[in-house]
Amino acid sequence: MSNQTDTQTKIVGKPVPRKEGRAKVTGAARYIDDLRMDGMLYGATVRSAVPRGRIREIKFGAGLPWDEFVVVTAADIPGENCVALILLDQPYLVAKFINHAEEPILLLAHADKHLLEKARRAVTFDVEPLSPIFTLEESLAKKEIIWGEDNIFKSYQVNKGNVDEVWAQADFIIEGEYRTGAQEQLYIEPNGVIAVANADAGVTVWGSMQCPYYVHKALLKLFALPEEKIRVIQTETGGGFGGKEEYPSMIAGHAALLSWKAGGRPVKIIYDRAEDMVATTKRHPSRTRHRTAVNKDGKLLGMEIEFVIDGGAYATLSSVVLSRGTIHAAGPYNCPNVRINAHAVATNVPPHGAFRGFGAPQSIFALERHLDKVAQVVGLSPAEFRRRNFIHEGETTATGQVIREPVDMEGLLARAFELTDYQAKRERFARANEGRSLKRGIGFASFMHGAGFTGSGEVYLQSIVGAEAGADGRVRLLAASTEIGQGTNTIFAQIAADALQIDFDLIEVAQPDTSNVPNSGPTVASRTTMIVGKLVESAALGLKQTLQNSGLLKANYTTDDWRAACRRHVEQFGLLKSFSQYKPPPGINWDEGKYQGDAYGAYAWAVYVAEVTVDMLTYEARVEDFVALQEVGKVVHPVLAAGQIEGGVAQAIGFTLYENVVWSEGRMLNNQMTNYIIPTSADIPPIRVYFEEQPYAYGPAGAKGIGELPMDGGAPAILNAIEHATGVAFNHVPLLPEALMQALNQTA
Amino acid sequence: MSTETTSKVNVTCTVNGQSCMLTAHPLARLLDVLREQLRLTGTKEGCGEGECGACSVLVDGVLVNSCLVPVLQVAGAEIKTIEGIADGVQLHAVQQAFIETGGAQCGICTPGMVLAAVNLLAQTPQPTEADIRNGLAGNLCRCTGYMKIFDAVVRACQRADIKS
Ligand code: FES
Ligand code: FES
Repeated sequence: MSNQTDTQTKIVGKPVPRKEGRAKVTGAARYIDDLRMDGMLYGATVRSAVPRGRIREIKFGAGLPWDEFVVVTAADIPGENCVALILLDQPYLVAKFINHAEEPILLLAHADKHLLEKARRAVTFDVEPLSPIFTLEESLAKKEIIWGEDNIFKSYQVNKGNVDEVWAQADFIIEGEYRTGAQEQLYIEPNGVIAVANADAGVTVWGSMQCPYYVHKALLKLFALPEEKIRVIQTETGGGFGGKEEYPSMIAGHAALLSWKAGGRPVKIIYDRAEDMVATTKRHPSRTRHRTAVNKDGKLLGMEIEFVIDGGAYATLSSVVLSRGTIHAAGPYNCPNVRINAHAVATNVPPHGAFRGFGAPQSIFALERHLDKVAQVVGLSPAEFRRRNFIHEGETTATGQVIREPVDMEGLLARAFELTDYQAKRERFARANEGRSLKRGIGFASFMHGAGFTGSGEVYLQSIVGAEAGADGRVRLLAASTEIGQGTNTIFAQIAADALQIDFDLIEVAQPDTSNVPNSGPTVASRTTMIVGKLVESAALGLKQTLQNSGLLKANYTTDDWRAACRRHVEQFGLLKSFSQYKPPPGINWDEGKYQGDAYGAYAWAVYVAEVTVDMLTYEARVEDFVALQEVGKVVHPVLAAGQIEGGVAQAIGFTLYENVVWSEGRMLNNQMTNYIIPTSADIPPIRVYFEEQPYAYGPAGAKGIGELPMDGGAPAILNAIEHATGVAFNHVPLLPEALMQALNQTA
Repeated sequence: MSTETTSKVNVTCTVNGQSCMLTAHPLARLLDVLREQLRLTGTKEGCGEGECGACSVLVDGVLVNSCLVPVLQVAGAEIKTIEGIADGVQLHAVQQAFIETGGAQCGICTPGMVLAAVNLLAQTPQPTEADIRNGLAGNLCRCTGYMKIFDAVVRACQRADIKS
């Protein structure tokens, strides 16, 4: 087989134009708010405003024609009042107890948007308030018990070796505490759906989303209908980054409940920016504590890590976010003794959720800041300390996973330093900064990111992908994996085109529609290319095999032969179809109880270097140059892959220096683009992206996942650079000018 | 003030070369009128408060945020939206460059970004990097980190066939 593909020009690895590129640059691409239906109503959500309490009464203000409105409360729910995800704790609408200030209580629909907005403001609630808690400290201290027995959504403990025995032998013991704030995904297209629902036809929802089958599962419970009566269709989606992983289940259910009550009239709910920012999920705030034992040669002896994330009012995905954060907390280092205690806790704020990196940016931030401190105490440079501790093939991670791929962190570090002139700058800046008001610094972070679901996650998912070929030889790929900007359509088509050795243009990707595509799992966890892409490859190969087995296609063929074979197949046997289901690569073992074993099938490995200036007069920190070097297996599409890295790095720069969620009584106060600041084209440094390619045996054409990786390294690299520039160790993000001013004035 | 109680007005203007009569409340946002009355849905709403530029259109050759423009203000004006940028099936050089360089990811900022780039090149045919950064600073993109958008602008202005 490889002989054939060698003579054929490969498409994997080439920057072919994005499948839906033309539609996007001409404005022809249709997003959810661009669609409308006859007789459509607009829906709105009335929210609590009180962070914790018990509803006594719902009041409808005077002067509005209330009988013209569709009104839905918890009492109207036909099935179960819970947003089914991992647990069933979050209601669609509050029946009695309110657990955060943005919690939905009542829904309204009307044909007139302006009147609808008036009505939304005219509904008020009489609430008996209960004492809320807003911070993870309050939650851990059990100031109030607001969830379960102890406010804990989930805890994990990871043990390797025996960390209790190392403290006595250590030459150095170094402690530190690190914090990260909430971060808004801020996809430019807010959440939105259209729903049509009635008892006869069932429920159909169109919307902006990452995971159609998550929405499907949630609607099944909400309406208590058979599976085939629920249909979920993804429309062109204007960014997700995790923010449209679980939340669409909520808004889809709301629109469907309104339509159901309105006898099947279509209902559209589109959040405006303010509602989207205030009410939907954000990145989990975190606190990490490190205690590290090192010997005088700079070798890690033991690491004790406590990792806590604030999950908000309901469990949502916090347990999984915690899991990824926990597994990444000890990084790409070989340390014989590790203990990680991790907790996701409840507070009375809107639930935090998925956001690119999924817990890993939080724990990696802590580790990579901490190791700079450790290096300093030991008397080594940050680079030399890491070199003495990097993990290698055959060594084990914190969960005891034996690394079976050739890992060369030293090589990555050396190349990243060469690309940035790190060593020379490190010395030059330190000398030149003396007495200057504009101080320069350079710093780095080294890290890894596991691709795909953690542990046995992929085995449980049992993802399926289909491929079908018509009489014209065109191949349609059937998967629920969504295109949300990252290039799913294009990458799947490349993989299939190479598997079949036919023209890229002959491959199309079906719109994700649960009535039409199998469940290939959610579009999350950097799994789409590596895991689902592999299924695309084997489903496509299945088509070829069928044609060859039935003698319609010879071993060597052209695209024309392919078309002819498909035509004959369709004439003789009908539409040609092939499905492929996930099988784990051999030798992957995971013990969920002990949290031990092969956490991920493959990791991407990276070293990121940031160069900064800190203005001692304005207290502004700026990133001047950024190099992102990573080993990601085979790069399927160089432009899309670089685009993923650049976009992720930009989000990481925002996370580090700009994006601050201002909280008051459990509500986000700055829920506008005017005062929640993301980087603009004027703020972003040159982001220079480099790949190393070490093909991964079980990825399609050798590819591994990359989507989340670029979110991980930015924050610690930038803060390491700021410490180099100023001599002050900052251990929290976002790091805003106010905090810089305070700390720098103290040391001055 | 609420718009539904005031009476509607007629506004004549040119949109993508065609003259049209718009009927709307005087304070109705140009964005809504374009999207709902003319069904020109390529113009997007990202924030509704003049911060993101997703709703960018050209009014008499000036780049504006259509979410901030009351329809009354465009009486007699010439408006260009993303739907009017290509010449039939022939893409504008900027559009072509966005496709080639990967300047569009999720695509929601792209119409506004393309208009901002077209506007920039109309004013500064050979922009410096600083010109590009500043010229696009009113348009937010959350996907790309802007690098590929800068590449697109550079590539577009290298093309001989550039026209606005
Ligand atoms: S929608 Fe007009 S600037 Fe954002
Ligand atoms: S491409 Fe998604 S916001 Fe710019």
